[in-house]
Amino acid sequence: MTKSTTKKGPASVEFRNVTKRYGTVAAVSDVSFTIEPGTLVTLLGPSGCGKTTTLRLIAGLEIATEGQIKIAGEDVTNLSAADRDVSMVFQSYALFPHMNVLDNVAYGPTVAGQKKSDAYDLARQKLALVGLKDYDLRLPSELSGGQQQRVAVARALTMEPQVLLFDEPLSNLDAKLRRRVREDIRDLQRDLNLTVAYVTHDQQEALAVSDRVIVMSNARIAQMGAPRELYEAPASLFVADFMGDSNLIDATVERVSGDQALVKIGVTSLELPSRGTKTGPCKVSIRPESLSVTASAPQGPAIPGTIRKAAYLGTHMEYTLAAEIGELFVVDRDVANPKPVGSTAYLALARTGVSLVPSV
Amino acid sequence: MRKLVAGWSAAALTAFLFLPWQAIEDGFFGFGWIQDYPDDRTASALFYGLAFDRPWLWGVLPFVALGVLALAFPREDRRFGQTLVFAGLGGLGYTFLQGFAIGITGLQWTWLAPLIGEVETSQYGFGWGATIILFAFLMMVSLGVAALGYFRGDAFIAGSVIVSTALILAFVFFPIATMLAGAVTDEHGNLAFDLFWRRFFADDIWELNCLVGGPRCGVVFNTVLLGVLTGALSTLMGLAFALVVVRTGLPWRKGLRALTILPIITPPFVISLAIIVLFGRTGIVTWFLEVAFGIPPSRWIYGLPGVLISQLLSQIPVAFLVMIGVVEAISPSLEEASQTLGASRWQTFRTVTWPLLRPGLAAAFLLGFVESLADFGNPLVLGGNFDVLSTKIFFAIVGAQHDPGRAAVLAILLLIMTLGAFWIQMRWLGKQSYVTVTGKGDSGLSAELPRKLKRILYWTTIPWAAFTLITYAIVIFGGFVRDIGRFDLEFTWRHYLDAFRVELTERGMFFSGSAWDSLITTIQVSAISAPLTGIMGLLVAYILARTKFAGQRTFEFLTMLSFAIPGTVVGVSYIVAFNVPPLELTGTGLILVICFVFRNMPVGVRAGMAALSQIDKSLDEASLTLGARTATTVRRVVMPLLRPAIVATLVFSFVHAMTAVSAVIFLVSARHNMATAYIVGRVEAGEFALAIAYSTVLIGVMALAIVIIQLGVGRRQLGRRGQQTAAALGGH
Ligand SMILES: Nc1ncnc2c1ncn2[C@@H]1O[C@H](COP(=O)(O)OP(=O)(O)O)[C@@H](O)[C@H]1O
Ligand SMILES: [Mg+2]
Repeated sequence: MTKSTTKKGPASVEFRNVTKRYGTVAAVSDVSFTIEPGTLVTLLGPSGCGKTTTLRLIAGLEIATEGQIKIAGEDVTNLSAADRDVSMVFQSYALFPHMNVLDNVAYGPTVAGQKKSDAYDLARQKLALVGLKDYDLRLPSELSGGQQQRVAVARALTMEPQVLLFDEPLSNLDAKLRRRVREDIRDLQRDLNLTVAYVTHDQQEALAVSDRVIVMSNARIAQMGAPRELYEAPASLFVADFMGDSNLIDATVERVSGDQALVKIGVTSLELPSRGTKTGPCKVSIRPESLSVTASAPQGPAIPGTIRKAAYLGTHMEYTLAAEIGELFVVDRDVANPKPVGSTAYLALARTGVSLVPSV
Repeated sequence: MRKLVAGWSAAALTAFLFLPWQAIEDGFFGFGWIQDYPDDRTASALFYGLAFDRPWLWGVLPFVALGVLALAFPREDRRFGQTLVFAGLGGLGYTFLQGFAIGITGLQWTWLAPLIGEVETSQYGFGWGATIILFAFLMMVSLGVAALGYFRGDAFIAGSVIVSTALILAFVFFPIATMLAGAVTDEHGNLAFDLFWRRFFADDIWELNCLVGGPRCGVVFNTVLLGVLTGALSTLMGLAFALVVVRTGLPWRKGLRALTILPIITPPFVISLAIIVLFGRTGIVTWFLEVAFGIPPSRWIYGLPGVLISQLLSQIPVAFLVMIGVVEAISPSLEEASQTLGASRWQTFRTVTWPLLRPGLAAAFLLGFVESLADFGNPLVLGGNFDVLSTKIFFAIVGAQHDPGRAAVLAILLLIMTLGAFWIQMRWLGKQSYVTVTGKGDSGLSAELPRKLKRILYWTTIPWAAFTLITYAIVIFGGFVRDIGRFDLEFTWRHYLDAFRVELTERGMFFSGSAWDSLITTIQVSAISAPLTGIMGLLVAYILARTKFAGQRTFEFLTMLSFAIPGTVVGVSYIVAFNVPPLELTGTGLILVICFVFRNMPVGVRAGMAALSQIDKSLDEASLTLGARTATTVRRVVMPLLRPAIVATLVFSFVHAMTAVSAVIFLVSARHNMATAYIVGRVEAGEFALAIAYSTVLIGVMALAIVIIQLGVGRRQLGRRGQQTAAALGGH
C-alpha cells in the first residue's frame, strides 16, 4: 500500500453555527453539532428540511455561507470536496455509466495516482467486503438496484475516508431489501470503525441504525440525542410527533422541585423530569405502548375510559379510547384477550415513554 | 494552490525579464528576432524600462511582486486571497491602460499629458511577454478568488470562468462595442443621435408593402421570413432524419447518415452555384421543363425560393446532428414505462417522446434561424432583389456607399432579432428538467414508431436525400467539364490542374497550382481552431451547466453573443478593433483562428449544455468526493459521456472554419488567404468551374477530417442491453 491509503482512522465532524443560503432562502440555518469519531449519526427530518444540504456541506459540495466546519479538528470550511477526506454514497448511487464495476470502484485510488494493479487489488478487496465478487466487468446498467448500491458503497470505501456519508441509501431499494441493507451498513460501520453521517426521512430507520440522531425541521436542528432519548423524551411537539405515534395530552405541573416535576394527568399524578417547565398547564407526550390497558381497575392510579375502536394486527392490538383527558391511542401486546368495543377499560402509565414536552 | 501561485508568479517574472514585450513583425516562432535581441522592437519589459525610454513599463513589476508576496500568508488566511486578487486586477488594469494610452504615435490619451508629460516613443501591439504576464495576472485573480471560497473553492472552475470571461470580453465584446460606437457617431467621431434615428427608421428597413400587394418589403420582413422558414423547416426535416436513422429499420439508413453530412461540408455559395446550374434560366431542370411541358424559362429561383432551398440544403444536416444526439439520448425505459402503463404507440410518442424532444427542437430551430440570418453567401449569389440584413450590411461597407454607421445600425437590428429568438425559446422550454442519463444504469429498448408517422417520415426524407444527392452530383460533375454553367459538357482536367498542379523538379516537389497557398492556410487554421473551439465551448458549457455563481446570466449572454453577430459585422468589427495596439492582430493568421474560435464556440456551448442537462450532476460530485479535482473529473467522467457533443463540436467548428465566408473575407491577407475567399474571387471572375473544382477538393478534405475526428473521439458506450440482439431478431 502506498502512503496515501495509510489508515488515519475515523474523524470527528463539527459544525459551528453553520448557515447555507440559496439566494435569500436558508436551506440550513445556524446549525451546530458534533459527530464523535467512529459513530453513526443520522440526520432525520421531513423532506426539504435541509438534511441533504447538511450532508453536502460536510462533503464540501456546498460551501457554507456562514459558520465554521471542522473535520478531525481542522478547519475545512473553504476547502473544496476533492481536498476533504470524505466520501459519499449518493441517493442515485452516481455510478459512472461508462466504466465497469471494477473501474468504478478503483476510480478513487486511480485518480490519486496509484498503480493500476494496486488500485484494482484494493477495489477487489472492497468489493469482497460488500459481498460483490465476480461482477468486475459488468457495466452499472447490467446490475440490479441493490448491487448498484453495493458498488457505490465499495467505491466510497476505497478512499478509506475519515468520514463516510449516506444520502437516503434505502430510498431506491424495495422494501424487503431495506432491512438487510441497513443492517449491512451498520455492521460495516462497526467492523471498520467508521464515522458515518446518514440521511433519512424514516424515523424507524433512524432509530434502528444510529448511535445518535439529529432531528431537523425547517433548516434548524429540532433535537439531537440517542435514539431512546428522542423517542422517550422528545423535546418539542414536532419531535414527539415526528418520532412516531404519540398521545399529546394537556396536563398541569403542580410543583417543581429540582429537576423533577409533579405532573397531574387527569386523575393521576406522577413525577417526571422537569426539563425547564414551570408550574401551570403543560403538554405531556405518552407513547401508545406506555399505556397498559386492563379491563378491571388495577391497583394504583389509573385513567378510566371507553374503548371506541379496536384493531387486531397480529403481533399486537390497537385501541382508541375516549377518556376524560382526551382521545388516547394505545398499543397492547395482549392479543389473547381482546377488549370489546364499547367496554370500559383502565389505563395505567408506564415509567418510560411519558415525558413533559417543553412548549417552544 | 500555493504551488500554482508560485508557478504563475515565476512565469510572469520570466516574461517581464526576458520575453519580447511587443509583437514581433515576422512572428515570434520564426525566431529571427533573436539576432537583434534586445533592441528597440524586441526587448523585454525590463530592457524597455532600463534602456529604451519606456519607463512606464516598470509599473507592471510591482503587481508581479505583489503576487509573490501573497505567498507570505497561509492559504486559510483571507489576506492570501485578497492580495492575489488585488495583484491580478491591478496588473491587468495597469497593463491595458498603458497599452491603450500609449500607441504607435506616442500618447493617445492626450488628456494625460499634463500628468505624465508628452510621450513621443511609439508602442506596438502586445507580444508574448505581455500576453504571458496578462495571463499570469488572470490566474492570480482566479486563484485568489478560489482561495476566498468563491466557486466552491475550486481553482479550476474559478480559472475557467475568469479566463473565458476575459477572452470573450476581449474578442467578442470589445470589437462589437468598438463597432457599435460607430452607429451613434458621424464620420468625425462626434456623437450624433439624430443621424442614428434617421438611419434606424429608414424606409427600406421597415417597409411592409408586399403584404398588401406592393412591390417589395423592407429588409427586416425579408430576413425574419427567411429565418423562420429555414429554422422551422430544417428542424422538422432534421428531426425526421434523426427518427428515421435511430428508430426505424429502413435499409441504408446508415448511408442516409453519411449523406446528410455532405451539405455541411460545403461552402454555402457552392450549393447556390449548383442550384443555378439546375434551376437558373439556362439550367438543366429549366431546360427539361421547357422541352417536356412547354414552361418558359424564368428567373423565379433568384429571390426567396432559391435562397430558402440553398439554406435548407445546408441547414437540415446541422439540425439532424443536433436532433440525433437528443433522440439517441432519450431513455428507452421512459418509453417502456409509458407502454407498460397501457399507452398506445402514438400516445407514447405524444406524451413522452415529444416533450423530451422539445429542448433539442428548440436548439435546432434557434440554430437554423440564426444561421439563416447570418448567412451571406447564398443571398449574395441567389438573392436577386430579395434583400436580407447580412447582404445589406456587407454592401453598406464594401459597396459604393461605404457607410459603417449604417452597417452598425443594421447590425443592432439583427442582434435584437436573434436575442428575440433566444427569449421566445426560453419561454417555450420553461423550466422542466430533462435528466435522462442518470447514475442509475439504464437499459431497455426503444419504442417502435407508429406506422402512420413512419410513412410520413419516409415520404419526406427519401426525396430530400435524393435531391441532395443530385445537387452534389452536379457539384462533382461540374469540376470535370469545360463549362457546366453553359452546358458545355466536354470532359477536362483543366480546372483541377489550374488549381492543384504539382510539378516535380530537381529540387523536389513544387506546388505551382494557384490554390495551394490558400488551401494549406485553410487546413492549418481550421485544424488549430477546431480543438480550441471544442475546449472553450465545452468548458463554458460545463461551467454554465454545473456551477452557480453571481453574474452567471451575464456570462451566458456573453458566450452566446458572438453567435448573434453576423459574420460580416464580426469581420468589420475585428478590423476596426484589432488594427491598432495594444491588440494588434490584423494581417496575422492568429486573427483568423481567434475569429473562428469565438464565432463557433456557442455551438459547442449549446451542444455541451444539451448533453450535460441529460447527465446527472451527482456523477461529477461523486468523482469530486473520491478525491478527483475538477480538471480530472472533467477528463475522466464528463468528457467520455460527452463524446457525441465533442464530435459534433469538433466537426462543426472544423467545417465552419473551412467553409465560412462572411467574416473571413474581411480578415484574409495576401500572406494568409483562405480557400473560401479565393473561391469567391473566382466566382466574381466568372470562373464557375474552377470554383466548383476547388470546392470539391475542400469537401474531400472535410470528409476526411470528419472520419478522423469520429475515429479519434469514438462513441459513447453505456450498454443498452439487448439492442443488437433485438435488432437482429427484427424487434417487436
Ligand atoms: N441548489 C439549490 N438551490 C436552491 N435551493 C436549494 C438548492 N438545494 C436545496 N435547496 C432548498 O433547500 C432546502 C433544503 O433542501 P435539502 O437539503 O435537499 O432537503 P432534504 O434533503 O432535507 O429533503 C429545500 O427547500 C430546497 O428547495
Ligand atoms: Mg434530500
